[in-house]
Amino acid sequence: MYVYDEFDRAFLAERVADFRDQVERRLSGALTEDEFKPLRLMNGVYLQLHAYMLRVAIPYGTLSSDQLRRMAHVARVYDRGYGHFTTRQNIQFNWIKLEDLPQAMADLGEVGVHGIQTSGNCIRNVTTDQWAGATPEEFDDPRIWAEILRQYSTFHPEFTYLPRKFKIAITAAPKDRAATKVHDVGLRLHRNEDGELGFEVLVGGGLGRTPFVGKSIRPFLPVRDILSYIEAIMRVYNQFGRRDNIYKARIKILVHEIGAEAFAEAVEAEWANIRDGALQLTDEIIDDIRARFLYPDFAAVEDQPAEMTAALEDPRFATWYRNSVHRHKVPGYSIVTISLKPVGAPPGDATADQMDVVADLADAYAFHEIRVGHEQNLCLPNVAQKDLPELWRQLDAAGLATPNVNHVSDIIACPGLDYCALANARAIPVAQEISKRFADLDRSRSIGRLHVNISGCINACGHHHVGHIGILGVEKNGQEFYQITLGGRADEHAQLGTLLGPAVSYDQVPGLIEDIVDAYLELRASPKELFVDTVHRLGVEPFKERVYATH
Amino acid sequence: MAAPQQQKLKVNGPVAVTANRLADGAVVWRTAAGGWSTALGDAAVVTTAPEAIALLEGAHKRDTDAVGAYVAPVILGDNGAVLPGNLRERIRVNGVTFELPASTLPAA
Ligand code: SF4
Repeated sequence: MYVYDEFDRAFLAERVADFRDQVERRLSGALTEDEFKPLRLMNGVYLQLHAYMLRVAIPYGTLSSDQLRRMAHVARVYDRGYGHFTTRQNIQFNWIKLEDLPQAMADLGEVGVHGIQTSGNCIRNVTTDQWAGATPEEFDDPRIWAEILRQYSTFHPEFTYLPRKFKIAITAAPKDRAATKVHDVGLRLHRNEDGELGFEVLVGGGLGRTPFVGKSIRPFLPVRDILSYIEAIMRVYNQFGRRDNIYKARIKILVHEIGAEAFAEAVEAEWANIRDGALQLTDEIIDDIRARFLYPDFAAVEDQPAEMTAALEDPRFATWYRNSVHRHKVPGYSIVTISLKPVGAPPGDATADQMDVVADLADAYAFHEIRVGHEQNLCLPNVAQKDLPELWRQLDAAGLATPNVNHVSDIIACPGLDYCALANARAIPVAQEISKRFADLDRSRSIGRLHVNISGCINACGHHHVGHIGILGVEKNGQEFYQITLGGRADEHAQLGTLLGPAVSYDQVPGLIEDIVDAYLELRASPKELFVDTVHRLGVEPFKERVYATH
Repeated sequence: MAAPQQQKLKVNGPVAVTANRLADGAVVWRTAAGGWSTALGDAAVVTTAPEAIALLEGAHKRDTDAVGAYVAPVILGDNGAVLPGNLRERIRVNGVTFELPASTLPAA
């Protein structure tokens, strides 16, 4: 966990006091809505269909048990008893009253969390791998670098009014769990031939109306230069990014229009002026940030202890273990994913009681630490294997042990028309119905890894372009229709999906998805060939022929 | 999709003016008396663009009660009931279309 200092705490308290004053002035009429709206957005407060929504950042997806408990408290006291985890390592509260927001923010601020820069044309929450610091695959803990970027970008005056919002994601493992290739800037931490640590820098990725996979503009950037290089990118974007048309304002459009090479040249030219300046990170600064991350005091314990191997006799435990438990860098420990996708439930929602259960379990078995992944699931990154059976029993009792991680029912879905003021169509009920169709765990296991992503409009908060099956809600004559794409992926081989065919109505979607899956089972070269690989091998045509014939 | 507030006003049937209450964001409807009500049945229903514009202008005069006012389609039921005119408004009136997550844990 990162330990915040007095500066962070004092700063947050001041910010909450400002917001309290702004809300009072708004309610009294001293501020107009036009004056107030940008102020509330800067604090992560949106006005949705039926209520205000508060978006709170979970920096690099890391939460302490106290922070999660406080989120449960906010959900219970000011909201309707639940929160929604998003694809950008944020949590959203859907029903908070404006008059209660300052106090809710004060309560959150006490544990160091807030909604600042979760909205607006600024650098948003820097996201990373939810397995950071725990996976044996990584070159370094990416959160160190996310934290450095967080400190640098928070309230950076030059980047508070960018042409559009700006999202950065970091992976430090070859397996990309942070979707770095579909962010404005994606950073891939690795070592060069001399063993030095550095970043591959990708720019111009993003989803939404005009999706692109990010392009590599520098294969290796020494870590000490990360801030000056990001600053050079931001300056080029700030100077040349379009402000005349909101749909063309993201950096991806600039990179696409001038080309990655020309963009890289402009960045390098800008960087040459500043690379040796104040932004160069010294070992001292890096070590200081690194020292603020406290790592668990891992015990020297046996790998695969008898308590765990004995429990594997229980087929339910064994199923969960195989699905949700992953290898840790320390022998005798594991990383545990907690599915927030129980069959038939809204994806990514957790009730206040569930949040409390997870916080208590993190205290008992996981060194007080919880992570949030972009797939809208939670994670306990450091669990002793001997504790897994008891952890599982308690998760199971709280409805948090559905062994469907990475299966077809582990659906990513945005809030859609049930909450969102920008939506064309619903996303959550579509996800619920699909997950019910695949409730049979044996069937879903036999299908294997399959990501279904649903967005309620072209803004693509549900990352539909990079779903193995992507579902996009559109509106036709006042009715909900859905376009289906196949073959997208968000990992290190990121790719945008290909449109399958004409959009289908709301009622047709679940059946169509079943037909697509049946087609895959028929077409796959072997049970080892994943859905997305079958689509890449054959293209969408064979799917189209089979699926549309029956609809 | 552009939010209804940003769309050009077209009136081809009964409409009402709706907004969100400032203090809590609740869905409210403009009444004939120039106030706001959380009940769609209390809404002033009009059928022409000038009438709708007049309602909207009235709604915009004071922004401490409700915000983001726009013209929304409604349907008049047989018995004079006023019903939401599209899915978006149905959801705003009736709430989300699925069961909200229970605030308690599933029974053991
Ligand atoms: S994708 Fe569209 S509908 Fe879904 S949350 Fe984003 S803006 Fe709303």
